[in-house]
Amino acid sequence: MEKIFARLSQISASLVFLVLIGTMVTLYIAAKPAIEEFGAYFMIDSRWAVDVPTESTTTNPNSTEQNETSDSPSSTASTEDMELDNGINVGDEDINIGDEDINVGGEDDINMGGDEDIAATTEVYGGAIAIVGTVFSTIIALLFAIPLAMGIAIFLSEIAGPAVAKPVGIAIELLAAIPSIIYGMWGLFYFGPFIASLLGGHSVSLLIAGLVLGVMIIPFMAALSRDAINTTPDVLKEAAYAVGATKFEVIKDIIFPYAKAGIIGSIIISLGRALGETMAVAFVIGGVFAYADSITAPTNSIPVVLANNFSESSGISLSSLFYLSLILFVVSFIIIFTAKHYFLRREKI
Amino acid sequence: MRLLINKIVLGLCSLAALVGLVFLGWILTTLIIKGTEALSPYIFTNDLINNGIRNLLVGQFMLAGIATVFGIPIGIMAGIYLQEYGNGTKYAEFIRDLSDIMISAPSIVIGTFVYAIIVIPTGHTSGWAGIFALFIMMLPIVVRATDDMLSLVPTELREAGIAIGAPKYHVITHIILRAAKVGIVTGLILAFARVVGETAPLLYTSGSSVYWSHDLSETFPSITVSIYNLATMPDEKMVQLAWAAALVLTFAVLLLNLLGRFVIREKHH
Repeated sequence: MEKIFARLSQISASLVFLVLIGTMVTLYIAAKPAIEEFGAYFMIDSRWAVDVPTESTTTNPNSTEQNETSDSPSSTASTEDMELDNGINVGDEDINIGDEDINVGGEDDINMGGDEDIAATTEVYGGAIAIVGTVFSTIIALLFAIPLAMGIAIFLSEIAGPAVAKPVGIAIELLAAIPSIIYGMWGLFYFGPFIASLLGGHSVSLLIAGLVLGVMIIPFMAALSRDAINTTPDVLKEAAYAVGATKFEVIKDIIFPYAKAGIIGSIIISLGRALGETMAVAFVIGGVFAYADSITAPTNSIPVVLANNFSESSGISLSSLFYLSLILFVVSFIIIFTAKHYFLRREKI
Repeated sequence: MRLLINKIVLGLCSLAALVGLVFLGWILTTLIIKGTEALSPYIFTNDLINNGIRNLLVGQFMLAGIATVFGIPIGIMAGIYLQEYGNGTKYAEFIRDLSDIMISAPSIVIGTFVYAIIVIPTGHTSGWAGIFALFIMMLPIVVRATDDMLSLVPTELREAGIAIGAPKYHVITHIILRAAKVGIVTGLILAFARVVGETAPLLYTSGSSVYWSHDLSETFPSITVSIYNLATMPDEKMVQLAWAAALVLTFAVLLLNLLGRFVIREKHH
């Protein structure tokens, strides 16, 4: 009985490990056709299903479905389209145009030689737009959330008295529990139009996606940072006050150095959350396969590409989606691991 | 000068706090105002096909509930291993780290994983696929909660149990788990509250249905997925219904969170 119980508990613990490895392996296997087809170049390739000749149809979130039915694997069309896409590329990626030409030529040759099934999937898929969109929306979110969250954290721990800090603190923690889809709806119907009326541009855009993400991670970041700040021993603060330091000087010279690791950790954990967030972004980023030529233009992000296109994809496009999913998983794994390992070491009890 | 800088910085901090709270207050006010527009007893007694949300609510809670039924024993057993059997070993440390990472893994990635291993082989979305996705989301949260709570149980209790000759599993199930009961229950409530509001892992695993359904091997109604679908419809009525559903869901999630806090506070008094 004792042995069975011990064994069962060990198996349960190993299940966590198995699920994680299983996720990685499954995603890798599912993404394999795309990995073999496009290689690491996928990550800097800005074309997504380029068989459609006009820009307007590529902006349709359902474009992948249409692309599969209309098989027109003419290399001239795809080259044209590729150049068109490269026109709106950001600076440092222009260097790769030469390589792209070579790649396209090579793929087409191989596919023409192969059987019909492969020839029908000569569409080229690249994740660069989604990756760039994810990175930028996350950066905007952090730029927006960090000052506000730090303000809230300092306010709760140092400025407000317990009569204010406690209810506000609980409210902040409850807000962190609100389903992310609510933030998305609010962004779509209220916040997006509001920002668009202030700054102009579209009511779904990279900027709004970033801001909604920022609002979403504020309670999370504020609660974690407040906990980190609260770990500063009172003795240190009192010593500083005793030699005549002002509150700001105590915060700057005592609390921040002491709680630095915890605060950075909370920022990185929030970053990981913003990176993988789907529903708050899906409503407001636009889901368009194009780089945002200005900050108020719609674009795309990895989770949104997955959410919008998954159920209607098959073959190489589905495999490309799994590739994107794998990239997202690995990147967020690394980010969270860094945060946990270097900044948020759990104290051993 | 120093005092002036001090005043300015503290003022800015308070202002930042105020701005942050205004945003969050704005969301809640919007939710309550828009949500109550279509809120009526009618939507709780009709399915989505008749413009109600009954099937969606029941469906979502069934998905999350069954995921919890699987997640609790496995998660608690894993937590027991980490704290009682493997504590201090490299392997337990490793699992503990992985589990912490899994808590923050992007939920959409878990959805794609379940899609690859269940939806593609079976050929269609199903309730079980949704349950499996939520189970994966939930497992590390339960592990973490159990692990944390067991670590607070005093070693003396364990020693007392062993001293009277009880086998280790008996000590764990009859003494340690009882001592940590309140904390674990809180963790379970919070874990349930977390997965019940999830959308991304359900999008293409359970899908959503407009009909009443008890058949978990078919596409299953889910309130979050339906909110996503309804909110993007051009019909104003459907958008209103989405807001009402969002309000009901948020209310349920917040209530569960408050319940979790209440349970743990009871213990301390």
